[in-house]
Amino acid sequence: MSLDIFSQYLINCLMLGMIYAMVAVGFTLFFGVLDIIQFSHGDVLMVGGFTALVTYAGAQALGVANPWLQLALMVLIATALTAGLGVLVARYLVLPLKNAPPLNTLLITLMMGMVLREGVRLAYPNGSNPQPFPRLLPGGVWSVGGFEARIDSTILLLVGLALITGLHLLITRSKLGLAIRAVAQDGETARIMGINFNWIVLLTFGIGSGMAALGGVMNGLYYTEINFGVGLLLGVIGFAAAILGGLGNLYGAILGGFLFAALQTVGAVVLPMLSQHIPSSYKDVFAFAVVIALIAWRPTGLIAEKSTERA
Amino acid sequence: MRVPLTSRPVLLFVVAALVTWALAWALLGAETQLEVLALFCVTVAVAVVAAKMKLDAPVAAAASSHPRALGIACVVGVLALAVVFHEDHFPLLLLCSVLLYITACLGLNIQFGYVGIVNFAGAAFFGIGSYTAAMLAGHTGLPHVLVLLLGGAMASLISCVLLLPVLRTRGHYAALVTIAFATLFRSFLEVNDALGGPQGMRIPALNLFGWDLGADHEWGELFISFYDNYVLFALALAVLAFVLVRRLERSWMGVAMDAVRTDEISAKVYGISIARQKIVAFMFGNLLVGIAGATYGMMTGYVAPNNFTFADSLILVSMLLLGGLGNPWGIVPAAALILILPEKLQFIQEYRFLLYGVVIILILLFRSQGLLPRGIRRYFPNREAARG
Repeated sequence: MSLDIFSQYLINCLMLGMIYAMVAVGFTLFFGVLDIIQFSHGDVLMVGGFTALVTYAGAQALGVANPWLQLALMVLIATALTAGLGVLVARYLVLPLKNAPPLNTLLITLMMGMVLREGVRLAYPNGSNPQPFPRLLPGGVWSVGGFEARIDSTILLLVGLALITGLHLLITRSKLGLAIRAVAQDGETARIMGINFNWIVLLTFGIGSGMAALGGVMNGLYYTEINFGVGLLLGVIGFAAAILGGLGNLYGAILGGFLFAALQTVGAVVLPMLSQHIPSSYKDVFAFAVVIALIAWRPTGLIAEKSTERA
Repeated sequence: MRVPLTSRPVLLFVVAALVTWALAWALLGAETQLEVLALFCVTVAVAVVAAKMKLDAPVAAAASSHPRALGIACVVGVLALAVVFHEDHFPLLLLCSVLLYITACLGLNIQFGYVGIVNFAGAAFFGIGSYTAAMLAGHTGLPHVLVLLLGGAMASLISCVLLLPVLRTRGHYAALVTIAFATLFRSFLEVNDALGGPQGMRIPALNLFGWDLGADHEWGELFISFYDNYVLFALALAVLAFVLVRRLERSWMGVAMDAVRTDEISAKVYGISIARQKIVAFMFGNLLVGIAGATYGMMTGYVAPNNFTFADSLILVSMLLLGGLGNPWGIVPAAALILILPEKLQFIQEYRFLLYGVVIILILLFRSQGLLPRGIRRYFPNREAARG
């Protein structure tokens, strides 16, 4: 394989991994504070992407022509609104079911995902078809030796890296992060220590959903289109990544995200080279099969959750 | 002398059964949106009046203390519907789908309701049954009874692959196994050319010992839709599955499964093999789902990947939850409502998934135990009934 094709696959794999990691981080944060799975998270991401799209149309209509300004507006508004949506989901669907069986929470958020998906499909003009997403980042290619990469992809990768690092610092270094970790470790004790449990839960959902919105904008900028159904697969993959890494663990989610992207790339590139009978369209089948095998090998994730049988 | 209605349970039971039948008949036969709407109002009115006259509790008591009578009433009701609609394809198709989905949900009920395994790949196992039937019936001369059984066996066999991860994982980690499998299965069907790819493929009609279920009957003036054949067959299948599941629940195995679900560690302490209960529940449940899927595929005449998505698996789980987890009786009204209502409410065609999602969310928020929650196990139902 020549170096330029290799570099394309590598950049694509890293980009996918970044988006998956951003979704998985949300799953793992929510699991941390409430021990639940918020399954509409992928669709929240999709709503973030569509909010950005609407903002772009609004900016065009108001005569804002500078692409950087447009982008800044899209990111700000999409993140804020989507974080709000995440908070609403937490407040009205997840928290009321705190003492119900986990199956109910899983199902209610799955249904919420369906409502968001259908809502966008029906409310957005011609929403059943993929919508073009504007190209706002500078085009062009940079190269070192034979290694080539698009400038916009590189910017997206660096921004994603910065976001994940920022989130990591927020969780590990700030007072808010300390409160989130305290609630994750033991909600009751955190309350006794004077932490407002509900506030922290809602804030965590806001932060996670805001990350998802950024992931949605990145996804849109990278593929230059967005589809109402994109959230379902991204949600399943993000969930798989979070589980694979070990729920409640930030590093696990990031590891899981990049691992899944690597599996897909291997499935798309390496398998067809090994055998004529396996076309690259089997990449998802391959990736999910490996996920099932991995979870059989490490039933609580690669970076195992610390758990006791009876708490 | 006037005897209060509440002290005559038999009469009350018969009246309730007739009213329910009439509502089901009207719903299946309703052709305009207005009729469905009126019917909805009538149903609510009946429910309110029954509650006001304090008739609902005695009806429920009469029904739950005479399960056999309830079962016979259901079978007679379905047969009566099959006779009334003998000329109309569509209501019979709906009736048949409801019966087959009930069979599939009974299988899932063993997993979710008794032993406590989550299975979000119900539609995938349903699809394995359909596709196996399509391959076997289309390319071999095997008798169709065997084809149906092999459809179920195949679903059961493929679920063996998932056994190791299912047994080793718990909670959300276990949910991942089946969710990943459901996504994998759908993706596999789409890209596999041998199985027809995204277009799917056709299946010949079911033929049991020379009885062609795909043929209409005509005797002079009398025309009977071929779906009536399928209704009879699906009814037999559903009743068989129902009896089996009830027997399983009543047996020591059912007690052991309940123990595993409520507390694995205590169950282990009492010498119950957790792995054995889970294996039996997972494989037997998927066997039922697969057989229902094979029959469904042969009835509709074609299989395509779009019928077996993750969303369809969720619909199956919603039926269980709407009915009341663990109660096989709850599945019957839940499957009927979830399958028939969207078909009848064509004016909400575009919005039906949206509304459907909202309705399930509301149910989970306000009546999370379902329509007919499972009662406490009665070890000696006959003795308690005799005592009054």
